[in-house]
Amino acid sequence: MALLASTKTNRPTAETLWIGIGIVVAYGVVPLAGSDYLLDAVLTPFLVLALAAVGLNVLTGYAGQVSLGSAAFLAVGAYAAYNLHLRVPGLPLLVDVVLAGGIAAAIGIVFGLPSLRLRGFYLAVSTLAAQFFVQWALTKFGWFSNDNPSGVIDAPVLRIGSVSFATAAERYVFSLTIVVVLTLLTLRLLRSQSGRNFIAVRDHEIAAKVIGVPLLRTKLLAFGISSFLIGVAGVLWAFAYLRTVEPAGFNLDRSFQILFIIIIGGLASLRGSFIGAAFIVVFPLLLSRIGAAVLGRVFDSGVLEMSQHIVIGALIIVFLIAEPRGLIALWDRAWSALRPARRPAIPT
Amino acid sequence: MFDYQFLIEVLIGGLLSGVMYSLVAIGFVLIYKTSGVLNFAQGAMLLFAALTFVSLVERGTPFAAALAATLAIMIVLGIAVERTVLRPLVNQPPITLFMATLGLSYVIEGAAQLLWGTQVHGLDIGISDTPFDVAGVLISRLDLFAAAVAGGLVALFALFFRYTRTGLSFRAVADDQFAALAVGLRLPRVWGAVWAVAGIVALVGGLSWGARLGVQFSLSLVVLKALPVLVLGGFDSIAGAIVGGLLVGAIEKLAEVYVGPFFGGGIEVWAAYVVALGFLLIRPSGLFGQKLVERV
Repeated sequence: MALLASTKTNRPTAETLWIGIGIVVAYGVVPLAGSDYLLDAVLTPFLVLALAAVGLNVLTGYAGQVSLGSAAFLAVGAYAAYNLHLRVPGLPLLVDVVLAGGIAAAIGIVFGLPSLRLRGFYLAVSTLAAQFFVQWALTKFGWFSNDNPSGVIDAPVLRIGSVSFATAAERYVFSLTIVVVLTLLTLRLLRSQSGRNFIAVRDHEIAAKVIGVPLLRTKLLAFGISSFLIGVAGVLWAFAYLRTVEPAGFNLDRSFQILFIIIIGGLASLRGSFIGAAFIVVFPLLLSRIGAAVLGRVFDSGVLEMSQHIVIGALIIVFLIAEPRGLIALWDRAWSALRPARRPAIPT
Repeated sequence: MFDYQFLIEVLIGGLLSGVMYSLVAIGFVLIYKTSGVLNFAQGAMLLFAALTFVSLVERGTPFAAALAATLAIMIVLGIAVERTVLRPLVNQPPITLFMATLGLSYVIEGAAQLLWGTQVHGLDIGISDTPFDVAGVLISRLDLFAAAVAGGLVALFALFFRYTRTGLSFRAVADDQFAALAVGLRLPRVWGAVWAVAGIVALVGGLSWGARLGVQFSLSLVVLKALPVLVLGGFDSIAGAIVGGLLVGAIEKLAEVYVGPFFGGGIEVWAAYVVALGFLLIRPSGLFGQKLVERV
């Protein structure tokens, strides 16, 4: 065993090499070489949506509980962090972020309680309650937005100690760090007993119960972890990406967008969440460029929005029919065709 | 002094708008019962039907011809959906099918608005929206008309399911897909027919809702009102859709008028969901829904 462990740690595999290259590029090259447009309009939203998708994937992909209310938890995270920053002035920003995630998790657990009785569609519909209730509460009660008449909040400058993250590149690095750390922690969790419990509950609830998986704890843990991740993504969405948000920005379409990311990227795959997020962010930009080039002036913003809807909707259907495991399955197939590699025991 | 007359007026208004929710919910139930698919695209179909009808009328097509054309289009759409979306996904888990209809709703919504434009259309079906007075209680003519249409539709369905061959095959498939397949029913054909019927229901729903709200994008959001109705009534019961619709309509209006002021109003958007949720905790498959028995 000792020998096995030591060979594992000492020999740098191709995988660790790629991760190393990825980290160097993401931290060293991109912030220096990327334009503000690339960082602000593409990479930061990509990272934030990827984190939200990782969160939803824990719940839907791994634990099998469909949620249509993700945007509500984005909103809870964003507004919780804003209020913590505003009302508890001494708190360091990172503590705000973690607490905001914690608040989102607590609310997620409350709305996850029905999952103990409900399955499938009944549960999916009940998560819509979270969506509508949260959006209503944030608009209705001025306290949440410091009495802004339309519920708009302006995010403060990100600051840790004496280091501030104000420019596009700095905000990108801030998001990147949080997203990478949380994704690695999630990966860890999914490979632990809890992660296996999630999968057992998803694959067959009654069988899982029979072999001794605690349903109550497992489901609520899934809701809690998922809402925590989505809540932190909400903080980043408000503080690092948009910097001015309103409750209407966290509507049902946003929830569907996150759901689409995990369908297109691949259910029960963390890498899929990232690929799906990249696709959802880049695709509309590409479509508008192509549309403008091909159709010229006919292609106004209205037509663009409608054709986006049509293409995204059609893609969802095509993916579900042709490749239910999403883009990540295509990626893996292409990769293993290029060079046969070992498969991990549980694909993540 | 409690104002009973006002209470009755609110209640009747709520019940009548509840009938409109039932109209939408019936479309869901039909498809769910026979194919186990929760068709999220029902709202988009509603929008598509209403928009097509209005646009045809605005372009000078006579009322009856436009109605017939829209009907034909909805039937073709229903069959096309069965061919292109459902048939390749047969035997997939229900949640996959649900997500497919989510994608479908984006496609239909986008297509409807790309075809006919995004502006708001007025829809006049010849019934004025003026209230009339019954013993001091004001009732909207339009609501009453919609309620009558819904009632007629349900009666028609009851007869159709009871006395026609297609209706019989619908019931057989709803009861047990495998047994239906074993006795030689062609499932794809039945599903195509059900989707076509759901398209007709969408047309009726679209016209009644369109007459009230104007034909525009927000029409497809009616689907969100129909979901708590389904949860309350059970996904697979037409009677449940009616009772659920009435309950949701009444609860929503009563909550808005009597509970809303304590929260600053606007609770209509989630009151129905919260009530449905509370109800589900007691009866997890709705009022009339079939109880699922699971085996390991």
